[in-house]
Amino acid sequence: MDSETLEQVASADISVENRHYKVIGSRPIRHDGPDKVTGRALFGADIRMNGLLYGKVLRSPHAHARIISIDVSRALALTGVKAVVTNADLPTLESVVSRVGEGSINWRYLSSNLLAGEKVLYHGHAIAAVSAVNPHVAEQAASLIDVEYEILSPVITVDQAMRPDASILLDELRTNELGARGSTPTNIASHDQFQRGDLDQGFSAASVIVEREFTTSTVHQGYIEPHNATAIWGTDGQITVWTSTQGGHDARRQIAEVLQLPVSRIKVIPMEIGGGFGGKIGIYLEPVAALLSLKSGNRPVQMTMSRFDVLAATGPTSGSVIRVKMGAAQDGQITAAQVSLAYAAGAYPGSPVGSAMSVILNPYRIANVQVDGYDVVTNTPRAAAYRAPGGTNAAFAAESVVDELANKLGIDPIDMRLINGIKEGDRRVDGPISRRVGYIETLERARSSPHYLSALSSPSSATCKVGRGVGSGWWGNWPGGTSSVSVVVNNDGTVNLIEGSTDIGGSRVAMAMMLAETLGIQASDIKPMVVDTDSVGYNDVTAGSRTTYSTGIAVHKAGLKIIHEMCERAAQLWNVDPGTIDYADGVLTSGTNHIGFKELARKIGDGDGNVVASVSISPNGEGVALATHIVDVEVDMETGKVQILRYTAIQDVGTAIHPAYVEGQLQGGVAQGIGWALNEEYVYDAQGHLLNGSLLDYRIPTALDLPMIETVLVEVPNTTHPFGVRGVGEVPIVPPAGAVANAIANATGLRMTILPMSPRHMLEAMWAQAK
Amino acid sequence: MSNKTVVQATINGEEVEFLCETRQSLLEVLRDVLRLTGTKEGCNNGNCGACNVILEGVLVNSCLVLGVEVQGKSITTIEGIASPQGLHPLQQKFLEHAALQCGICTPGVLVSAKALLDRHPHPSEHEVRHWLAGNLCRCTGYDKIVHAILDAADVMSAEVTK
Repeated sequence: MDSETLEQVASADISVENRHYKVIGSRPIRHDGPDKVTGRALFGADIRMNGLLYGKVLRSPHAHARIISIDVSRALALTGVKAVVTNADLPTLESVVSRVGEGSINWRYLSSNLLAGEKVLYHGHAIAAVSAVNPHVAEQAASLIDVEYEILSPVITVDQAMRPDASILLDELRTNELGARGSTPTNIASHDQFQRGDLDQGFSAASVIVEREFTTSTVHQGYIEPHNATAIWGTDGQITVWTSTQGGHDARRQIAEVLQLPVSRIKVIPMEIGGGFGGKIGIYLEPVAALLSLKSGNRPVQMTMSRFDVLAATGPTSGSVIRVKMGAAQDGQITAAQVSLAYAAGAYPGSPVGSAMSVILNPYRIANVQVDGYDVVTNTPRAAAYRAPGGTNAAFAAESVVDELANKLGIDPIDMRLINGIKEGDRRVDGPISRRVGYIETLERARSSPHYLSALSSPSSATCKVGRGVGSGWWGNWPGGTSSVSVVVNNDGTVNLIEGSTDIGGSRVAMAMMLAETLGIQASDIKPMVVDTDSVGYNDVTAGSRTTYSTGIAVHKAGLKIIHEMCERAAQLWNVDPGTIDYADGVLTSGTNHIGFKELARKIGDGDGNVVASVSISPNGEGVALATHIVDVEVDMETGKVQILRYTAIQDVGTAIHPAYVEGQLQGGVAQGIGWALNEEYVYDAQGHLLNGSLLDYRIPTALDLPMIETVLVEVPNTTHPFGVRGVGEVPIVPPAGAVANAIANATGLRMTILPMSPRHMLEAMWAQAK
Repeated sequence: MSNKTVVQATINGEEVEFLCETRQSLLEVLRDVLRLTGTKEGCNNGNCGACNVILEGVLVNSCLVLGVEVQGKSITTIEGIASPQGLHPLQQKFLEHAALQCGICTPGVLVSAKALLDRHPHPSEHEVRHWLAGNLCRCTGYDKIVHAILDAADVMSAEVTK
């Protein structure tokens, strides 16, 4: 079979229309599962080695201050201490912005986030790090470092930061105003805009207009595994880093840039990763651990953050202020929308306001529209990506207003979305023409779901009210980036699948299933493994819902190459032309000759050269995701507590490779969205001190807070992927806050415009309404 | 440098003797002294349950127990849940139900679930959720975890009946 024919066969046999899969859609046990249920899986902090030292970080007690001096002499004098590093040990970097993951990064800012330079910009900002024989001595030594500060006044919220007289964080910062550089110091890093149609005409055509301002708190990704890094700076100058990261190669690049070394000097070994949700793309500890190793006689140094460090200095996503004005005609058509979003970037520019500008109105077809976005620096930790970055708060605002318009017009909220929902060929608010998307299908499935057809349950007590809400969400996904895989056929017919996409929630089994489907063999005969940065080609981060999409395409292509090579080998065996060989369901046939994949692999053995394939690709496809959620809530009017009674998530998932893990993505995203809606927030005092830096006070949902989360997988295959895959991981966090707010409004008549909708904020809103 | 204490304990059925500093938690002893790294640190202050172990039949956060406190006591960690015959039904059901995504909370959740079923072999969904309220999971939304535990309870009681 020549490669051209192979491609044709592949596109004919394995097309998105062919739904007769043997492996895809089944639920095999994940390959890494047994190690994970027995405690054998090695996460970043589980590395143990001879001569291991421990590193701890001294962090700023102030939200905004100039560093006058740092004296490390008392720390170095403590018995058991090996070394101290500060910003002075890092190279001075140019102010250059590069793409990292889905976002961008200014290397100078990344460096000064690792170890503060002239200023500390948030409570918890790293200043110095110590290595010592055990973590207790390292911690004690860190506390012996004397830092003299000039305390400056902090700005914590975007409103504070945008005031004309606000304290300035970064002296050199000027606003990028629609592409033009501003002339005066500011905390507003950028202002961007989408504009189309005629707003005045659109609003004058509306019979109902709703205008509201929403405020949302800073929240954290909340992964259970703290950040960690273990590094050896070898005597040969080679640096080895074991870490929990969403991308080994991106971690390597960041370490290389910060230390100004070529990437070939650095090997990153990505360990099992205990959750990331976007928060483990940027680096925090890796170069610091490497420098401590260098200064500690090349001994290995392990650093693990405390939970306070994680909450105070990593993660969060932006608090925001969002204004939405939207008008609709009597028939429900949205005639115009004007939106402005101001997102807190934390200490350095780079909030997800750009993606929020797309998310906020993209489920809808709107002719007259203007969206303004502002990226604003604040004295809080540098914002990191968090699952559909910027989407949840944006959709909270827009979905609340769409719901209110529907109510005012007397239209069912699902019908309202059906009237305006985006279809193939419609122009999206952020510009592109929409390809085939399954939004309408999610709405129709929502409308006919057992949940939506059921009656609301009765309140559990006289002080309680119940209500139902609907919310939708859009997410762009990242159907691109580079993915590289290698495949090796073993002499027993099993197949090694070597990849570099770190597996954060079951992607190894999904990759194995796609290779098994391509080859026509069992998923259990594939051995998927994530390897270090020296052992596979470049891979972009596991983020943007890209892994099953992009790495999946690489896996499929590698499978086709393996089939091609196996056909060549069979041709030699039978002394026939390779073009005469037919490959189907793992069996090779030519005339009366036929042989199974495994048997052929055994015959090839190891003596005649292995059958191997490597692929590196950078697809430029599409595969946006849309979801519609339904939620029932009970509101206790005395305490303000909101209880989730029932929840259903309906999502266009393209093709579900392993449906159980797809359902898991929906359920996990919903749970995080509910936490964002009801409980989670950073609490700062007026001086900018984080007051709730623990998992007791920063309260993520527990098992007791949630019901079972029902899922409906709508499969509208993505035409740009051989198996129809769409990214599924991010969009499920987009609708929950809006859906819950709409359920609260349905129950109480109260329109919440603040997140979280915690008992405190609920009671304040009820009291304000009662006045 | 602080003085170290000799401690004898039974861990996963094996008698062990170790040296520990009085300030070291049981979690540190397990992970750093005995190199049983299956028990995880998520918060080090008793809020997340990732470090759950069973101490003398009682579910505890090992980060809140000092190493020197376990002198003469018996401890079960995640490494001691499976038997030589194979995985514990809870472990098997976690795999079948896809009740883990990243897997960092999984050891603590499994130890917690075992302590639950040891005490209450037939829990309701609400009892499972109440018992697990001390085990934070950020990936799964708990749905598949609760299903897996209820399923394991059914399987185990069917085995007892046989």
